[in-house]
Amino acid sequence: MKFSPAAMRIKFASFLSLVAILLLALFASQPLLAAGKLNVVAATQDLASLTSEVGGDRVNVTAIAKGYQDPHFVEAKPSFLLNLRRADLLVVVGLELEIGWLPPLITQSGNPKIQPAAQGYFDASRFAEILEIPTAQVTRAMGDVHPQGNPHYWLDPQNGLRVAGGLAQKLSEMSPGDAAYFQQRLQDFRRRLAEAEKRWDEQMKPYRGRKVVTYHQSWPNFVKRFGLQVVEYVEPRPGIPPSPAHVVALIALMKRQSVKLILVEPYFDLKTPQSVARETGGQVVVLMPSVGGDKDTGDYIKLFDYDVSLLVKAFQQAR
Amino acid sequence: MNHFTAILLSALLTVGIGRAQGSPATNPAEEPQKAQEERIRKLEEEVQALKAAQTAPKTEPTQLGGAGGSAAKALNPDISLNGDFRGSIGRNEVRPVPGLEMHEAELGLQSVIDPYSRGDVFLSFGESGVSVEEAFVTLTALPGGFVAKVGKMRAAFGKVNATHNHALSWTDRPLVTENLVNGEDGINDMGLSVSRILPAPGDLFLEATGQVYRGDSGVVFTSSRKNDLSYVGHLRGYKDLTENTNLEIGYSYAQGHNELGHDFLTRLHGIDMSLRWKPLRRSIYNSLLWRSEFVWSQRDQLPTQQKSFGLYSSLDYRLDQRWTVGTRFDWSQRATASNQLDRGGSATLTYWLSEFSQVRGQYRFVRYDGRHDASELRLQLIFVMGAHGAHPF
Repeated sequence: MKFSPAAMRIKFASFLSLVAILLLALFASQPLLAAGKLNVVAATQDLASLTSEVGGDRVNVTAIAKGYQDPHFVEAKPSFLLNLRRADLLVVVGLELEIGWLPPLITQSGNPKIQPAAQGYFDASRFAEILEIPTAQVTRAMGDVHPQGNPHYWLDPQNGLRVAGGLAQKLSEMSPGDAAYFQQRLQDFRRRLAEAEKRWDEQMKPYRGRKVVTYHQSWPNFVKRFGLQVVEYVEPRPGIPPSPAHVVALIALMKRQSVKLILVEPYFDLKTPQSVARETGGQVVVLMPSVGGDKDTGDYIKLFDYDVSLLVKAFQQAR
Repeated sequence: MNHFTAILLSALLTVGIGRAQGSPATNPAEEPQKAQEERIRKLEEEVQALKAAQTAPKTEPTQLGGAGGSAAKALNPDISLNGDFRGSIGRNEVRPVPGLEMHEAELGLQSVIDPYSRGDVFLSFGESGVSVEEAFVTLTALPGGFVAKVGKMRAAFGKVNATHNHALSWTDRPLVTENLVNGEDGINDMGLSVSRILPAPGDLFLEATGQVYRGDSGVVFTSSRKNDLSYVGHLRGYKDLTENTNLEIGYSYAQGHNELGHDFLTRLHGIDMSLRWKPLRRSIYNSLLWRSEFVWSQRDQLPTQQKSFGLYSSLDYRLDQRWTVGTRFDWSQRATASNQLDRGGSATLTYWLSEFSQVRGQYRFVRYDGRHDASELRLQLIFVMGAHGAHPF
């Protein structure tokens, strides 16, 4: 039995089909560019908010990770590619926070502009003060550590301002005609943030030096900025669920040091923190680590407004 | 002295000089207290503004030690190793597996090559030797939104074929893969792949992939002449149904020559469907994946062409941060004899010690060809060392 003619026909038809699909794709779908506006995709809503502060109505900004989801464990959904493929600028947190999901999205996007080190790739960590940079050998025995330092740096408003400054510079490079506009927006943001910081400092002043426990190591920049002290974490190591032995030790420590507040991110289970709080007479405070984590944390300044007032209320109750 | 320090010193000097000159306009002693406070406030704001304007990196420079301390080490690729240790209890006379085996140690080397491409190499070390599981370059700077891959790679035929062992939810591969798509190795060949996101209405994601291979993929495709190429095409659609739920449907086609010679073709059609649910606020605790794949095989052979069909359907549910349960149904005819039908079912329980290691148990029952029963308990330890890159969705 011979299949040669049929085989050749099928092979040729298949090849033509593939070519047709690819040509159709090339000519029928040029990326849609909003007239005169830069398309910016930010890895998180915090960075999206800072970009909006500076970019105003001259940029279209979308965020990938929601403020109420754990930014370490975002799924690399294909729907994110729809924005990434037409992005002029990608703003990332960096320090390997997004290592579990962003790299394949960037590769799959087919967008040369946002590849690492390209002009449209903006690593915000380059502009921030980074804490907890390991000085000794790092191993996974320490949990899911970040070898380049703690990536939750946006929780210091001064880092937000530094990042906004870097963004103003980047946006001005990409759209020189709007440079004055971006600088004016930056100055306005700086002024509003300075006013807000004065307010937050005033509110937090009575509680400087207070000891707290946090679930994950998300808050080093925040506690440094507002003069709090983290004595222990609910996780025994970053990314490792709490074990019974660790919980027992944590309860003993909190009782010994009279620690009353356990700060928990909205995406962690409250069961263990609540049982610890019951045992120690403390309370659990669900702080928002990101813009968009709650309806009242709609932008970068509102995020700190929310967290500071929640903390103040909790400290007052814990007296 | 950097720019910031210079400006700060200038500001301080200006204040100092003003004081030394005893100018009435700048003498603090003569200013009302309110005015002094205002001046201090403005000065503080200026210092804060200057600090914020500093755009130099605040991170510590990378410290590289060792003899020579070559900074070029920073350019080494990410190195990872995925270990897959397996054990088996029970009986399977049709497709037996060892009682204990270090099934695979997969060494991964991944890096950006230059501004235009990145490289991914996965070497598989097993009991039968070393093989190149994948080694390809991805061209990331092509015009027109195209992404191309060149090298040896797992073909984009359905979902399981493109997935490495350690990323599967089971200790084995479904019967339909075993019978119709070359088992564990799958369609994995040297060639070229081009993909692109297609225009689609609304927020529907559509992507087309076309691949051309040398034509050698174990028992499914064999090239007996230089131009006996094989072809794979994949079209996938994806949509977020809600914030937490999404649906993905794909169609795959593969065609190549089989081991009987140049005149004998094997054609495969596949449909894959995945329904995922993962609440964003609880993503590390709960998730559900229902996945099914259907494969039709048309194989030219003597005396007549064989038309076979197979499917699997699996359901995995993450109970909490550590535990995942799952089940899978298998049904597949064999590629060379469609009258032989294998059926089976599995139940799995996975314990995640951390993100980087997991222990899995799988009970599997299979009735081969309607008469040979196999009942096994399979165990698996998977571990990841080093910086293993994220897998595509």
